[in-house]
Amino acid sequence: MDGRRESRREALKAIGLVTVLAAVPRHALGQMAGAAAPGIQWNAAAFNAQTVDDALKALGAGTPTPTTDVSWGTTPEIAENGAVVPVSVTSKIPGTEAIAILIEKNPNKLAANFSFPQGTVPALSTRVKMSESSMVHALVKTKDNKYFLASREIKVTLGGCGG
Amino acid sequence: MPDPMRIRATIHDDQATVRVLMSHEMETGQRKDAAGTVIPAHFIQSVVATHNGRPVFRAEWGPAVSKNPYLQFQFGGAKVGDKIQITWVDNKGETRTDEVVIR
Repeated sequence: MDGRRESRREALKAIGLVTVLAAVPRHALGQMAGAAAPGIQWNAAAFNAQTVDDALKALGAGTPTPTTDVSWGTTPEIAENGAVVPVSVTSKIPGTEAIAILIEKNPNKLAANFSFPQGTVPALSTRVKMSESSMVHALVKTKDNKYFLASREIKVTLGGCGG
Repeated sequence: MPDPMRIRATIHDDQATVRVLMSHEMETGQRKDAAGTVIPAHFIQSVVATHNGRPVFRAEWGPAVSKNPYLQFQFGGAKVGDKIQITWVDNKGETRTDEVVIR
């Protein structure tokens, strides 16, 4: 009798586990940006990171120094459409080599990473998707491997995740 | 073959401003179709720009870059008649290269 109850419990546990496992891959698939196409440089670990800290770690940034030496140009404070949020970033930090854009409340935190060889202005404009209002970070990497983080809140009226 | 990019390069003093509009779905892999099946991610991962063959700008993108991506950047040492070439590669290995002459 006891044995049967035990096995029933085991069975239920197993069913529960199966349900969880069935749920996980779909979730993971949805979250994972995946692997890089062959022959290109693409930091999969950073792009698949689920937290800002993990993304920073994968970018080699550790704990970046907060900075205000980044101008956000025409980046709006309130974006009407989360599917198309214009982002414009200019770094005033000398020796800027790369700028990464991270969106705190997106499923994958790292949106883009731009690098600027010598002679290129450390500035860019692009458009990104935001699932909801969020802090947006610009991570600046300098030639001597120092990292700086500038942050700004962008409010989104209509999220960019749906259809 | 993916649709061509629209590239505009203008020059001010010796500084070139390049504006690029690419044609790409930039599917996130988060969305589902009417039947509830996840639409697989399909997005540009890498963008490289060269000026007369010399790399001047590089980008790595995740799926959070908007559909039909827009990009603007500036670099020095350019003159009228110089060639700017831009190449993107997406996560399915599709690629597209377009070229423009600065005017």
